[in-house]
Amino acid sequence: AGAAMMNADLRRERAAATFQTELLTHILDGGAERTRRRKEIEALVLNDPDFQHEDLNFLSRSQRYEQAIRKSALMVMKLREYGIADPEEIFWFKSFVHRGRPEPLDLHLGMFLPTLLTQATPEQQDRFFMPAWNLEIIGTYAQTEMGHGTHLRGLETTATYDPATQEFILNSPTVTSIKWWPGGLGKTSNHAIVLAQLYTQGQCKGLHAFIVPIRQLGTHEPLPGITVGDIGPKFGYDEMDNGYLKMDNFRIPRENMLMKYAQVEPDGTYVKPLSDKLTYGTMVFIRSLIVGDSAHSLSRACTIAIRYSAVRHQSELKPGEPEPQILDYQTQQYKLFPLLATAYAFHFVGAYIKDTYRRISGDINEGDLSELPELHALTAGLKAFTSWTANAGIEECRMACGGHGYSRCSGIPDIYVTFTPSCTYEGENTVMMLQTARFLVKSYTQVSSGQRVTGMVSYLNDLPRQRIQPQQVAARSVTVRINDPLSLVEAYKARAARLVEAAAKNLQAELNHRRSKEDAWNRTSVDLVRASEAHCHYVIVKLFAAKLSEISNAAVRAVLTELCLLYALYGISKNTGDFLQAGILTDAQITQVYQRVKELLAVIRRNAVALVDSFDFHDVHLGSVLGRYDGNVYENMFEWAKKSPLNQKEVHESFHKHLKPMQAKL
Amino acid sequence: SMNPDLASERQTASFSVEKLTAWLDGGAEHTQIRRAVVEAIESDPVFSRENQYFQSQNERYEAAVRKGVHLQKKMHEMGWTENGPESKYIYRALSGDVAFSLHRVFKRSIWVLGSDKQIAKWIPLASQYQVIGTYAQTELGHGTYLQGLETTAVFDVTTQEFILHTPTISAMKWWPGDMGRSATHTVVFAQLYIHGKCYGVHPFIVQIRSLQDHSLCPGITAGDIGPKMSFEHADNGYLMLQKVRVPRENMLNKFCEVQPDGTYVTRGSEKINYFPMTTVRISIILDEVIIPLMKACTIAIRYSVVRRQSKLKPGEQEAKILDYQTQQEKLLPQLAAAYAFLLINNYLQELLDRAYKEIQRKNFDTLPELHACSSGFKAMVTQYSTSAVEICLRACGGHGYSLLSGLPSLYTRILASCIYEGENTILFLQTARFLMKCFMAASAGQPIPPSVTYLAAVKPGKCPAKSKLDFLSPDIYTEAYQHAAVRLISSTAAKLQDLIQSGVKKYDAWNQCTVQLVQAAKAHCHYISVENFAETVEKLETKPGIQKIMKHLCDLFALHGIFSNAGLFLHDGYLSGAQMDMVTASYLDLLAVIRRDAVPLVDAFDFTDKSLNSALGSYDGHVYQRLYEWAQKSPTNKQISPAYEKYLKPLLHNSLSKL
Repeated sequence: AGAAMMNADLRRERAAATFQTELLTHILDGGAERTRRRKEIEALVLNDPDFQHEDLNFLSRSQRYEQAIRKSALMVMKLREYGIADPEEIFWFKSFVHRGRPEPLDLHLGMFLPTLLTQATPEQQDRFFMPAWNLEIIGTYAQTEMGHGTHLRGLETTATYDPATQEFILNSPTVTSIKWWPGGLGKTSNHAIVLAQLYTQGQCKGLHAFIVPIRQLGTHEPLPGITVGDIGPKFGYDEMDNGYLKMDNFRIPRENMLMKYAQVEPDGTYVKPLSDKLTYGTMVFIRSLIVGDSAHSLSRACTIAIRYSAVRHQSELKPGEPEPQILDYQTQQYKLFPLLATAYAFHFVGAYIKDTYRRISGDINEGDLSELPELHALTAGLKAFTSWTANAGIEECRMACGGHGYSRCSGIPDIYVTFTPSCTYEGENTVMMLQTARFLVKSYTQVSSGQRVTGMVSYLNDLPRQRIQPQQVAARSVTVRINDPLSLVEAYKARAARLVEAAAKNLQAELNHRRSKEDAWNRTSVDLVRASEAHCHYVIVKLFAAKLSEISNAAVRAVLTELCLLYALYGISKNTGDFLQAGILTDAQITQVYQRVKELLAVIRRNAVALVDSFDFHDVHLGSVLGRYDGNVYENMFEWAKKSPLNQKEVHESFHKHLKPMQAKL
Repeated sequence: SMNPDLASERQTASFSVEKLTAWLDGGAEHTQIRRAVVEAIESDPVFSRENQYFQSQNERYEAAVRKGVHLQKKMHEMGWTENGPESKYIYRALSGDVAFSLHRVFKRSIWVLGSDKQIAKWIPLASQYQVIGTYAQTELGHGTYLQGLETTAVFDVTTQEFILHTPTISAMKWWPGDMGRSATHTVVFAQLYIHGKCYGVHPFIVQIRSLQDHSLCPGITAGDIGPKMSFEHADNGYLMLQKVRVPRENMLNKFCEVQPDGTYVTRGSEKINYFPMTTVRISIILDEVIIPLMKACTIAIRYSVVRRQSKLKPGEQEAKILDYQTQQEKLLPQLAAAYAFLLINNYLQELLDRAYKEIQRKNFDTLPELHACSSGFKAMVTQYSTSAVEICLRACGGHGYSLLSGLPSLYTRILASCIYEGENTILFLQTARFLMKCFMAASAGQPIPPSVTYLAAVKPGKCPAKSKLDFLSPDIYTEAYQHAAVRLISSTAAKLQDLIQSGVKKYDAWNQCTVQLVQAAKAHCHYISVENFAETVEKLETKPGIQKIMKHLCDLFALHGIFSNAGLFLHDGYLSGAQMDMVTASYLDLLAVIRRDAVPLVDAFDFTDKSLNSALGSYDGHVYQRLYEWAQKSPTNKQISPAYEKYLKPLLHNSLSKL
């Protein structure tokens, strides 16, 4: 039935594809069985009348929050009813229920419960975990303060131990120390894990975590000494009650400090934790989710923009002929296809980090953490690289849809506002890039002093050997074959090596000017960020190229090879300065790269719709009139608009209140 | 009292903020008028925007109508007229948050396209708001390409009427502001048919709502197109016409007319049709693009000296985030761009004034250059500024995402400018078409317009710079930009020629070169912006206090462009790798220099706190207190949410058995 109703342009596009979309979907999902299971869970949600509701675009913020809470409560119950317990399956279920949007229980499920599991003593788990699991306690995680973000040591909230009563006294001493931003804090939670500077026996022992009840069980009113509320409207995140929390001499029992590692004894004696390397693990995990989310959000935006570009006709390519599909314009292809390739690239990177993390965290339990620092450093940069790129890419997709992209019915504004904060949360991107840079410089220094480094930075091992050769950089250019993905990996590698070396040398030069370490670092930080970006870019090209050899189906491999080449060559064309300056590519080769990018656009054109179909987003999940699978865009835009709140009455009340009196007076 | 971190920034300014403000306004007397307008508007509570971040689409719309109505009263009270010196500051003082902006376009289109008789009939009605108008061009399925419009207007000789009709769903008029709820009349663009023959797109005045009770007229379907990324205050609308009849006199007929017997007559030059479009394009650049960018810079830079984060020196206080090189590298180039674009706006205004004078003398020769310039610069300035505002937003960490920072609404609004009044890619291609023509003409030794004469005097060679200081010489960097522009334009022209000579059809060849053509147009606009900035700085000799800081900004704008597009300058070896390292060094040095004047440079934009409407960007720098107090006014904190009783309470208590 669907085919008969399908827009003719889209039908033609699908018929012309050179590969089977399902096969590629299976690769993205990690196997046919995973695809089947994902669709099964998707159907559970989609066929459930409890999860149906009005289009959120027409609701106020309060109404959206209310819908989200309603669905979250049902979701928790149904997850248990269906026995869904695998983290990835929970993630699918949740993301179908909330259609990719944040929800008020995110922090409870994603931070409060896991923190209890990892940092609470068995006694504390008895007291808090089951009530929290049963949602009698709803918690959030309160770290960021109004005046303090990424720099944790700067947090001002205090927890002072009082041995007389065996309590901690929590205080927000200044306006800047008010906890600000935690999700679910504003209206939903009755408990919070609060990070505060611990004072005992007159000494500050640094940041520790405390379980703080904030609202009265039963009435949900704030407890005396607690000021709590919603931080007001934001750029997106309408469903989420991000909140503030101010504490005035608020007392909690000694047993409410999370004491699996550090402890305060009844008399106030402080017992140090053993190691804090474990916290790396959680950060790596969350950053790997953001990399996956970058791929996912960009894929959604690409799906909408590419389908719509196949449906939309505009202007004239050949005199006298009908208006062509806008996807036939080279400029439109140039906007969208590199992003499509990027979405695929990021998808494979996300999968790689997740797999590596899974492998290494197996090792953590066996005590082998040797790979963790590199993965930690790498994921910091990749989180920043992919979220920046996806963020800009989503906006390009929206603009590629012309005026209609700007309407909420396109769905892209929502994807954008939901995704864009990931450039800031879980580590501001520039700070993340500098963390990666720190690791790169460290590795470079090791190599310079004769040690060898391993993993993704092993290319640095080649640098000293190259340096003893007397030639200029330009003379040692690698022979780059622009149609060979592996050869392009080498080009990216050479660029990363050159930029890491340049940044490290500039840093050394600053230090030689007797600047302090911090000052020298700051004066080199623009170079350092560039080095990190180049390193991440290399890693992504490398992982994409490596993926190709794993694909058995020839037709799928062919189309992914085209995307991989486009990703790598487009990246070169956007950073020609780096490749030219280092002598990795010549002027003539750069010209060829430009030319080849344009040829690839024309080649990918015929599979463009099939390539976004392979992402396999259900229309409900996509949430876009422009990106509908059947392509019936215009009639559905009209239907959608009729539901706008401004259209509820034929004559808006403003006419009677303002317009009519004015016309009478003038 | 002022936040001490902001106060200290102001004590060390290297120039007089007041003098720079006066210069930006075009003289102290203009500053005075502007401030008086701002004061009159902001002191009137009806125009307050304090609650706008908390309001729904319906509330925003109602407020915009209320303000639109009140503004008429205010103008009368203050003695402001539509053509008076105050008028250009009114819209700015309201931050555009007011209804009836399309009503002005309605009036202007009657002025330009209507006969004297039509002007005499409609303009007084519109000025008295007896009718409220809008302008319906874009359709659901059709945008920039006018010939593709589907709405029809068939002339009926027997009744002397036009029958306006929407034949398909994609032909519905879609997007016009003020159309959804407010307008009573609209100018409709439709394909004119007489005796079965199509004469192309023409404008018609159509009444859509009753003047008595505002209900829709027979045959009219109209409404609001639903929520958008911004512009919540505007009732962008749709319109469907079912065989709606309007009298013959309702076709705007200054340039062409349908006579009673159906004879079609044209008069005047068709080129003039582009003139209104060009003026609109230029007129949006300041209010809708540059001013939002200036506001975003003000907010982000002030916040960056109040916000402290991490330590630069062990044992010291946490550092102001503006002291980090990476933060400077995000914000200061955007600040320099804001200044560069203010100057480009002046350049365009002069071009427009000159062209207008020529048109009065019936000389239309300057129009192609004006059209190409306005297209390219509209595209360049909107695209650059949009990403600049987003950079400012993200440079404010988490708080940037709060609507109370003011930045999200600046961003969602400015980004629409990349699409309206001509989609940017299409505009760049129009500029490119002009450049290709001029390049060919120059190669054939024919005369070319003044802004592109550089194409005729191509000087091959290498950049002569020997040290990083050489790159602070405007001659050095302007030539580098010129060289890059010429290279891109000439190589694209050659490519186009090659393709055509090898037998590719002209239109195919064009499409195959469009990515390059866009690049060439951008390079041209970038070059002209740098050159214009440098020339303006040179002319500032009489104002040495300002000249110095403007020179720094000009250098930064230019070097940032080279640094970020290094490949363009390295290609063909115009700059060597060593010279590129000098550019980088000079560029990074400049950041530290401009850092010292960053706050005075945004203070000079002279925005009041009310116009910034930002918790982060206020003049006194009391960021956190303001954020905290403002958040408490959020309706989510005042109204009792039904969510607790309805969902949370059962969840927390009764539902346990179900779990």
